[in-house]
Amino acid sequence: MYPRAFDYVAPSSLDEAFGALGDDAKVMAGGMSLIPLMKMRLFSPGLVVDIGRIPGLDRVDDQGDHIEIGALVRHATTSSHDLVLANAAALATAASLTGDVQVRNQGTTCGALAHADVAADQPAAAIACGAVMIAQSSAGSREIPAAEFFVDSLTSALNPDEILTAIRIPKTGVGEGSAYDKLGRRGGHSDYAVASAAAWVKLANGSIEDARVGVTGVGTRPQLAESVGAALIGTDGSEEAIKTAAEKATDDVTLLEDLYGSEEYKAHLAKVYVARAIRQALAAV
Amino acid sequence: MTVNGREVSADVEPRTLLVHFIRDHLRLTGTHVGCETGYCGACTVHVDGKAIKSCTMFAIQADGATVTTIEGLATDGQLHPVQEGFWERHGLQCGFCTPGMIMAAVALLEENDNPSESEIRHGIEGNLCRCTGYHNIVRAIEYAGATIRGDEPAPPDWEKAES
Repeated sequence: MYPRAFDYVAPSSLDEAFGALGDDAKVMAGGMSLIPLMKMRLFSPGLVVDIGRIPGLDRVDDQGDHIEIGALVRHATTSSHDLVLANAAALATAASLTGDVQVRNQGTTCGALAHADVAADQPAAAIACGAVMIAQSSAGSREIPAAEFFVDSLTSALNPDEILTAIRIPKTGVGEGSAYDKLGRRGGHSDYAVASAAAWVKLANGSIEDARVGVTGVGTRPQLAESVGAALIGTDGSEEAIKTAAEKATDDVTLLEDLYGSEEYKAHLAKVYVARAIRQALAAV
Repeated sequence: MTVNGREVSADVEPRTLLVHFIRDHLRLTGTHVGCETGYCGACTVHVDGKAIKSCTMFAIQADGATVTTIEGLATDGQLHPVQEGFWERHGLQCGFCTPGMIMAAVALLEENDNPSESEIRHGIEGNLCRCTGYHNIVRAIEYAGATIRGDEPAPPDWEKAES
């Protein structure tokens, strides 16, 4: 219930934060994932680098052809900000279903993504919305596409000396729509995802010109269901096309059995929720 | 930080949780610790106006903040409408979840003073109760919402005519 003793710094700039990072240091934004791990002593960094006092990181910005969500934007903001609702609806929904009211007041979208829990909500939406992660360190900045960001359970593509300072999401254009749906551990939408999917579709001339589907909860990591997207392209988005595409929900996913379902059950749920996400994304166009 | 309107200050270890600072250092034991990983909500307080789980925050993160605990709700001996609702509509049994539940309800009603039953139930998703089955908690919050709006609260379930 008590974390092990640790050193703590609250830098007032990103440069100061980069300087503090090293082998035994961990970045903290909201702390909603880190602090429980530390309390259970599953993870005990020697130094906590609290970025919560760095100005300018709590912004949701309109950058012309994309929006940018900073490292200190809380789930509550992601779920309700006009720019996110208009341009990354799947992410807004996923954020609104993350945790509970109190967790959403303190936890951050970038923090949740960097934490890379296999049953978290926002990774699937980040993948479907085509998010690009901005990873910064004292050596500079690099961009990591969401589909490549979630490497393994609780493992992102960030290096130990990097901070996920923002994510960029291309704006939703005409003919585009995204959505997120999940089965929560407590039933309905509550708690971590037993199975969930996010979908983004782009329609042109009555057919699906492009599509991306992200899946979490059922596998070893949040993943892009490439085969589903590919199967949707060129179709008319009819119920039959959706069902055919959703059958491929687990083609690219390494299934993982857990307390909430066998591999067989998870595979079934993946198809159900992929189909639901696609239907809702099409309805959102 | 300011706690229930009073300036307080202390030297604490980085690992001191806000809930332990409130309970052990400030002796405000109304805020409870109910679980080990931040899901039960018995520790809910307001930090800078937002409902937060104080067991999942280090006290130093609240350095300079304005904190309100359950002890800070009543003014001049007058119960807050939510406290009154829990009293009038039997919103508690053992009382262990109650301070956190009330703090969550206060935040919910500050955001929306006329929530539907579904909005109430989702609004208190972060607070677990093992005794009541939530039924009278919902009624208590409905009572409080009515009071805040200046409406007449619905009569208690136990006064409704037998059908």
